[in-house]
Amino acid sequence: MLNITKNQNDSELTFALEGRLDTTTAPQLEAELKDELDGVTALTLDMEKLEYISSAGLRVLLSAQKVMMKQGEMKLVHVGETITEIFEVTGFSDILTIE
Amino acid sequence: MKSELTIEAKTENLNAVLAFLEERLEKADCPVKAQMQLAVAAEEIFVNIAHYAYAPEIGSATVQLEVSESPITVTITFTDGGRPFDPTKKVDPDVTLPAEARDIGGLGIFMTKKLMDDVKYEYRDGKNVLTLKKQI
Repeated sequence: MLNITKNQNDSELTFALEGRLDTTTAPQLEAELKDELDGVTALTLDMEKLEYISSAGLRVLLSAQKVMMKQGEMKLVHVGETITEIFEVTGFSDILTIE
Repeated sequence: MKSELTIEAKTENLNAVLAFLEERLEKADCPVKAQMQLAVAAEEIFVNIAHYAYAPEIGSATVQLEVSESPITVTITFTDGGRPFDPTKKVDPDVTLPAEARDIGGLGIFMTKKLMDDVKYEYRDGKNVLTLKKQI
């Protein structure tokens, strides 16, 4: 299960993710991003309550990163230890902005 | 400790497979971080079977979990009767490329190999047998 809490302030958009980002739930985030990214120049993904990420989730993060590189910037905040390790193993820690 | 689950290989059953594994790993006092790594690896393998092994038909997959103690060693075996496919032969993606040059996909089996100590494929008695092993 994945819960997404959205917070928009003009062109700044924050998604707080809670639960699991896996094969079953990744399409949900992908669809939300597709609907909301128009005109957004700063996207923040709050990962504090994200417990799990698989390659299906990484794929969605990578496509969001590619979109945001054209129109602004994307950053991830509050990334926990287990998810950090997944980013490191896959080289995602080098291509994502993690604060 | 040894347990087994046979289930239709379709992505709708992913949660059931992960719940089966997580429940038992929890009981075996497997640390949360290792539990997640094992689940990530299991997800990649199960989803692969669901997408490719029997497509366009649906077949079943068997997941076996074995946990031995001191040190805790977890072995997860996936067996399916679909078309022969060795995921370990897949070429690793270049994880040093910048975002714009990254391909979306190809990461699953690579992550599995990185997160597990051993990933072994065999084709035995007309079945794909993939074994994941990790010492905690």
